[in-house]
Amino acid sequence: MSNNDNHASNADEIIQYVTVVIGGQLFGLPISQVHDVFVPERVTRVPLAAPQVAGVLNLRGRIVTAIDMRKLLHLPDRDEGSQVMAVGIEQKGESYGLVIDSVGEVLRLSSSSQEPNPSNLDKRWAEISGGVHRLDGKLMIILDVARLFSAMVEQPKAAA
Amino acid sequence: MDDLLSEFLTETNESLDVVDVELVKFEQEPNNAKILDNVFRLVHTIKGTCGFLGLPRLEALAHAAETLMGKFRDGAPVTQEAVSLILTSIDRIKEILADLEAAGGAEPEGSDDDLISELERLSLSADTTGEAKAEEAEEASAIDDAVDQSLERPLRPGEVSLDDLERAFREAECEVDLPVAASEEELDHEVEAEAAPVAAAPLAETAKAKAKVKEEPAAKEPTEKKASISSQSIRVAVDTLEDLMTMVSELVLTRNQLLEIVRRHEDSEFKVPLQRLSNVTAELQEGVMKTRMQPIGNAWQKLPRIVRDLSQELEKPIELEMLGADTELDRQVLELIKDPLTHMIRNSADHGLEMPVDRRAVGKSEKGTITLSAYHEGGHIIIEVRDDGRGIDVDRVKAKVLERGLASEAEMEKMTDQQIHKFIFAAGFSTAANVTSVSGRGVGMDVVRNNVELIGGSIDLRSVQGKGSSFIIKIPLTLAIVSALIVEAGGDRFAIPQLSVVELVRVQDNSEPRIERIKDTPVLRLRNKLLPLVQMSYLLGANPNATDTETKSDTGFIVVMQVGSETFGVVVDGVFHTEEIVVKPMSTMLRNLTMFSGNTILGDGAVIMIIDPNGVASAMASHASSVVAEEERKQQEEAVTSALDGQSTVSMLLFRAGSAEPKAVPLSLVTRLEEFDVTKIEQSNGRDLVQYRGSLMPLVYIDPAQTRRSEGTQPMLVFSDAGRSMGLVVDEIVDIVEDRMNIEVGSDRAGVLGSAVIKDKATEVIDLGYFLPQAFEDWFMRKEMDIAALTKKVLLVDDSAFFRNMLTPVLKAAGYDVTACQGAQHAFELLENGNQYQAIVSDIEMPEINGFEFCEALRRDPRFRKMPILALSAVVSPASIERGRQAGFDDYVAKFDRPGLIASLKDLFSGEVGIAA
Repeated sequence: MSNNDNHASNADEIIQYVTVVIGGQLFGLPISQVHDVFVPERVTRVPLAAPQVAGVLNLRGRIVTAIDMRKLLHLPDRDEGSQVMAVGIEQKGESYGLVIDSVGEVLRLSSSSQEPNPSNLDKRWAEISGGVHRLDGKLMIILDVARLFSAMVEQPKAAA
Repeated sequence: MDDLLSEFLTETNESLDVVDVELVKFEQEPNNAKILDNVFRLVHTIKGTCGFLGLPRLEALAHAAETLMGKFRDGAPVTQEAVSLILTSIDRIKEILADLEAAGGAEPEGSDDDLISELERLSLSADTTGEAKAEEAEEASAIDDAVDQSLERPLRPGEVSLDDLERAFREAECEVDLPVAASEEELDHEVEAEAAPVAAAPLAETAKAKAKVKEEPAAKEPTEKKASISSQSIRVAVDTLEDLMTMVSELVLTRNQLLEIVRRHEDSEFKVPLQRLSNVTAELQEGVMKTRMQPIGNAWQKLPRIVRDLSQELEKPIELEMLGADTELDRQVLELIKDPLTHMIRNSADHGLEMPVDRRAVGKSEKGTITLSAYHEGGHIIIEVRDDGRGIDVDRVKAKVLERGLASEAEMEKMTDQQIHKFIFAAGFSTAANVTSVSGRGVGMDVVRNNVELIGGSIDLRSVQGKGSSFIIKIPLTLAIVSALIVEAGGDRFAIPQLSVVELVRVQDNSEPRIERIKDTPVLRLRNKLLPLVQMSYLLGANPNATDTETKSDTGFIVVMQVGSETFGVVVDGVFHTEEIVVKPMSTMLRNLTMFSGNTILGDGAVIMIIDPNGVASAMASHASSVVAEEERKQQEEAVTSALDGQSTVSMLLFRAGSAEPKAVPLSLVTRLEEFDVTKIEQSNGRDLVQYRGSLMPLVYIDPAQTRRSEGTQPMLVFSDAGRSMGLVVDEIVDIVEDRMNIEVGSDRAGVLGSAVIKDKATEVIDLGYFLPQAFEDWFMRKEMDIAALTKKVLLVDDSAFFRNMLTPVLKAAGYDVTACQGAQHAFELLENGNQYQAIVSDIEMPEINGFEFCEALRRDPRFRKMPILALSAVVSPASIERGRQAGFDDYVAKFDRPGLIASLKDLFSGEVGIAA
């Protein structure tokens, strides 16, 4: 909830969001967190890893751990052969790639139009969502990267 | 000043480490002048530099130590006390240096008077005892006096330098064939220069001059060597080297990538220059690695001192042998193994080596030896810590394992000694009986193992009880770049570090070697040894059913891996090549996977996971144990179902005995059903017998309340084995039925297994195993019996009628012809009357003549000198056994240990037979 509070306090702050689509739902990542957008290729499967770990791949000499966002959000798997994209982010010095369906435009949104998560939002979604923006005809969920990772790191532990 | 000081600190610390080592050597070889010279020079240099830098406290201490060492050089006898004192002084110097470093150049407050006065006291006593070189000593003390006059007590830098000069002067005199006058002259000049007001520059000069004068007599070469080394080497920050290493690692990766590309384009014009680039990269890599390489001796420097101190503390003489100290390895690795090594040395000294008394008792030399050796073996370095001590006590480890609940007795039963030894690597495991200041605090070998595994190494242990133990550490030369075997399993590629790969075996369906199966567990027969196998894909979580189809074909490659002392085979689908890989850590998300140690980018640009051999080994172990547990569970179930529950039916004999309820026994166990006329039943020795087929058959009653018939015939079940029979008295034989023997209610009553429904009636199933020994004590052991024993005559001597009655049938049942008598006197009479006995079994606690006296008396008679005599006593203690041995008994058995008595007699006779033959 900390993100929310920050935004609320600066009523007119404009934040740029990179929008991505995962399973038909629009998500937004603060542009400051996004390092690059790439097409994940030659992903090496990591056996025994948590289900949302799509694998590891080589992105310009760096080893990137790819996270399948559909798995993470408990959405159905995408069809075979359908195109995928990945958003590269850094977390505590490590490189991760969030595998998503497609990348949309960059939106400039005022923090004043941000609303908190609806109380009936799926718990697993609420865990990683920093709030909701109402756009024309659709909603954009803000992906809170920090919370996304803390949720993920806890998951394998719980599983183990 | 800061630069100078830091330089000084680095140099002094290095010198002090050397001094430690040299002094320990010196203590062992007090007459080796060369070692003494080395030590002396080092301390002297330290002192000199201290004086120069204005560190009076350090300087005074070093001076006092040096003076004492000077006395040694002059021929004073070297005492252990003196060496200890010098070592303590050096420790103090180290402390001061550490504080100095922490405080940024200021000497810590404090006084070293305690040490200095001790040192001086010893110096003085050395003076008096060192009369052998009276002349030199006189001169020296004369100069000492002179200096003392010029000194004021609180030492100041300038004065200290003077003192230095004096020392150098004295040395020159005592030691050298150089014309004394000349050096004196030289020194005089210096002294004059020194007398001027103290300033840094002249001080430096004098310091140098002094150093020269001092070293000239001792040894000329070191001075020159020092000069040449200092001009040819520079100090480089470790960080710089680390950066270089990282960059070279990246370069290696890029080169691999390029090579991969060229490999795909056959006639590429890049080929030649790339080959060159490749070679240069390899050389560069090697060069940079070399800068990080240090002789392992650096990590060992402190050990001689530690061992010396331990030796004193534990009061065990210990010799430390160090072999292969110049073996080089990566400094990062070096740093990481320092502590484990120290720990292991401590362990060996404390637990491994016995006390001198014990060593002498087992015929070893009093001095224990710890051998530390290092050598290269195929890209790894092997470090071995070996002691010639008592070895690992398997029983004690077992007891400890049980106590800690690490394994059950049954599990350990199946383990080899080597596997049991490995428990000492388990967390919190220490077999030291007492916690000592040296070791045994419960943090032990597990920490060592963790540290070693952390750097990708493995630790192994070999121990022979009574002979010593040996710990073998295998570690990679460097951590940054490892050679790995690239394999394929389940459609993915993996890198296995070469460190743990012993060999590759290819298996095919119809040729040797083949994969064989014990139940469903695959094994490989390799050079007459069975190698446990596991599917790599299975370890990596693939569905075992899916891989089964692959395994059934039994073709593929087996990577034989060794982790510690475990060797096992991992079945992979394909093997590609070996490649130098740069280990990169996995992201936090993947750290929980113990199967992998990291990941890397291959030459073709793909990311590959690096298998952690330790992870595989532990997965293998847990997999195996789960299989075993599963097996056992199944077997138990099967046993229960087949024997008791039984899908198959069993022929049962139903009868009644004692009570109205039917009883049952499996028919297969019954030899015959007989009926005897009750008049034929005789009583002997308190039990019922019948004459049956020429021998006496004891009768056994199921129920004590049961009475045999008074007239007519008595039915009974006869059980026979190896010519002997037992009659189980029953009231009535009811029926023989085919039914399942499903014991539904267990029984606590002896002789009854439990209750089962047989022929729709609750039936007691009797436990024949309970009744057989009632007839013949040794029913279950008789098979081992020597037929010859049947004719042996044994004399049983016991004052107690109860024991005579108890033991006579036991011995008779075992086939001996027993004569019992109630005392030694009676026994003598029997023997004198010409009765022949093959052995005598005698009680110890008897009135008038006790067993010991009886035996001693017999032994004095030549006729009975070789007669086997067995002692029987209620008291069995080491002392009484020893007493019995001295009296001449062949063996000593506890009175209630009837099987032991039988076994002992049997041994005695078989021994006799052996001698006769």
